[in-house]
Amino acid sequence: MSDDNSGSIAASELPDAEAALPPAPPPGAPLLEIRDLKKYFPLTQGIVFKRTVGHVRAVDGVNLTLRRGETLGLVGESGCGKSTVSKLLVALEKPTGGSILYKDRDVAKMGGRALKQYRREVQIIFQDPYASLNPRMTVGDIVAEGWSVHADIAPRKGRLQRTQELMERVGLNPDFVNRYPHQFSGGQRQRIGIARALALQPEIIVCDEPVSALDVSVQAQVVNLLEDLQDDFGLSYLFIAHDLSVVRHISDRVAVMYLGSVVEEGTDDEVYGAPSHPYTQALLSSVPLHEPHLRGQKDRILLQGDVPSPANPPSGCRFRTRCWKAQDICAVEPPALIDRGQGHPSACHFAEARTVVPVDAE
Amino acid sequence: MTTLPSSTSSVRGAGGYSPILSVDDLYVEFRTRENVVNAVNGISYTVSQGETLAILGESGSGKSVSAQAIMGILDTPPAQIPHGEIWFEGRNLLTLSAEEQRKVRGPGISMIFQDALSSLNPVYSVGFQIGEMFRAHRGMSRKEAKQQAVELMDRVRIPAAAQRVNDYPHQFSGGMRQRVMIAMAIALDPKILIADEPTTALDVTVQAQVMDLLKDLQRETGMGLVLITHDLGVVNEVADNVAVMYAGRIVERGTVDDVFTNPAHPYTDGLMNSVPQVEVKGGRLQPITGQPPNLSKIPSGCPFHPRCSRRRLGAEALPGRDCAGDRPPLRLVVPGREAACHYSEEVLGV
Repeated sequence: MSDDNSGSIAASELPDAEAALPPAPPPGAPLLEIRDLKKYFPLTQGIVFKRTVGHVRAVDGVNLTLRRGETLGLVGESGCGKSTVSKLLVALEKPTGGSILYKDRDVAKMGGRALKQYRREVQIIFQDPYASLNPRMTVGDIVAEGWSVHADIAPRKGRLQRTQELMERVGLNPDFVNRYPHQFSGGQRQRIGIARALALQPEIIVCDEPVSALDVSVQAQVVNLLEDLQDDFGLSYLFIAHDLSVVRHISDRVAVMYLGSVVEEGTDDEVYGAPSHPYTQALLSSVPLHEPHLRGQKDRILLQGDVPSPANPPSGCRFRTRCWKAQDICAVEPPALIDRGQGHPSACHFAEARTVVPVDAE
Repeated sequence: MTTLPSSTSSVRGAGGYSPILSVDDLYVEFRTRENVVNAVNGISYTVSQGETLAILGESGSGKSVSAQAIMGILDTPPAQIPHGEIWFEGRNLLTLSAEEQRKVRGPGISMIFQDALSSLNPVYSVGFQIGEMFRAHRGMSRKEAKQQAVELMDRVRIPAAAQRVNDYPHQFSGGMRQRVMIAMAIALDPKILIADEPTTALDVTVQAQVMDLLKDLQRETGMGLVLITHDLGVVNEVADNVAVMYAGRIVERGTVDDVFTNPAHPYTDGLMNSVPQVEVKGGRLQPITGQPPNLSKIPSGCPFHPRCSRRRLGAEALPGRDCAGDRPPLRLVVPGREAACHYSEEVLGV
């Protein structure tokens, strides 16, 4: 951890870093704030004497706010750092810089009871339902495992019944409580993962590509389940995915990531209807449309080349090497993520709203 | 950086040619010690010159297995083809010897796969692997073959092809690897190219580049393209005709415009409703209930009936059209459209 946590005043105001976290704020109030979050992974050379030859800047200055009860979508292509953000959020990785504020407390400075409570209240659902469930544990044991750490949530006596209630809630047959993960299909396994996250009564669920591995007909079932659970339990979601259509469907607000930083942020209508960052425009224009009558109506923006290496990102604006608007200033000055008159924040010196996805008139 | 209008619709309707490839009542099953998995259960389709036929289906619908049967790359055993014919240039591929089949693969029919990294050999340079087509089929020397490989890499728009010809697969990005695969597949100017989920592992911006490349190559060479995918958007933007598969059968077939505008099979209709769209936020998704069937225990009657909201059983059904008892054949519902549902007319609303 570096010491320059400029945003972490909250923790120093509260002298006892181990004190229990306050109750959740009312719906709509900020619950989780990410300030200038950075995660660099060292690149090493040598076998016995490892020396660091550089860093992969997986996450490089991300600012996000998650409000209570909302779904924040995080989209971007592979390698843009969106999964690293999710790992940082559930404290599986330690940030190199910046801070994560949860209920106005800095997660990096939490300890003891506070950290334990944070880990209970922020749960995660993983992409691959085949790899994220222990094949030697029964479904009942998987769902109930969290209670062995957080015993106060469910009294020992009623745990089997609680497990079965949870299974029923996520659409699994409660009689299957003693079955093993391999006896379930992909969609059912993802439901097991959701039940496991719900068991600890979380405030936030980080959904890291939760439907990407599922077939389309099953994908819709899981998306609907996540929406229902949000309504019932007042959950907040950070929904990470590369499928732009699914993100638009489920999210209240959307942030677009490119090479470790957020390039555009806004409500789903703002980002999809009037994208103002060239990368967002290119990304949206590449999504194939489902309606035959809209075919050929959209502007195709073909990006040249590949995403640069995050170990050696371009100076200034990260996107300038592939951008058709790039000027001299783009190589010198990294554009801030601010509103330049287009209605929502965009990290481009020449941000200009443009309709890329045709509006379905029907 | 260029901005260009979408050009996919200009090559539509490449009809009028006689079919190059014709699959007739093909069955594929996998025999294991415990059971028999019926992966493909009597599918028929044809592909003409310049046509793009999309085979749309979820995992386990038999779309990839049927393509592997055409290519003759199924492992037998456990796979068996108990019935069916695959006609290409007047010959039934299933009756050819292994050596004759080998001569068809490459110049006649070739295939690209989803996972380019595991489909390429990591210990040979990409130039050597592309050149293998020329060495094996045309008897060229290594030097000539490498020269050809550079030209092909140029054609599939790999930048600085001459410098990269000696690079190894791991030195390429995902999109570039898929271009290498495409270069190998089109090396001998095949009449038919089978693309099995060619862009599923790629990001959307790269997917758009690769699909554009495939369409451009098709326009240049006039090859028939069989596009196997689960992505409705890719089908809509690229294909002329579509065959929707479920449980090893084709359940609906027609032009993309017709099928996507007004589906005739409840499964196709369900798929369309269960997928969110990027154009609109949309209301609640309407998923298809239940799970895809186990292929060793395919439901009786219509294989989709346990998940179908329009099923009619017993007394509700018309005579001979009980969804649980009578298997619906793939039949012509309206001109240009076939569907395997007893009640397609109701689904269509005609």
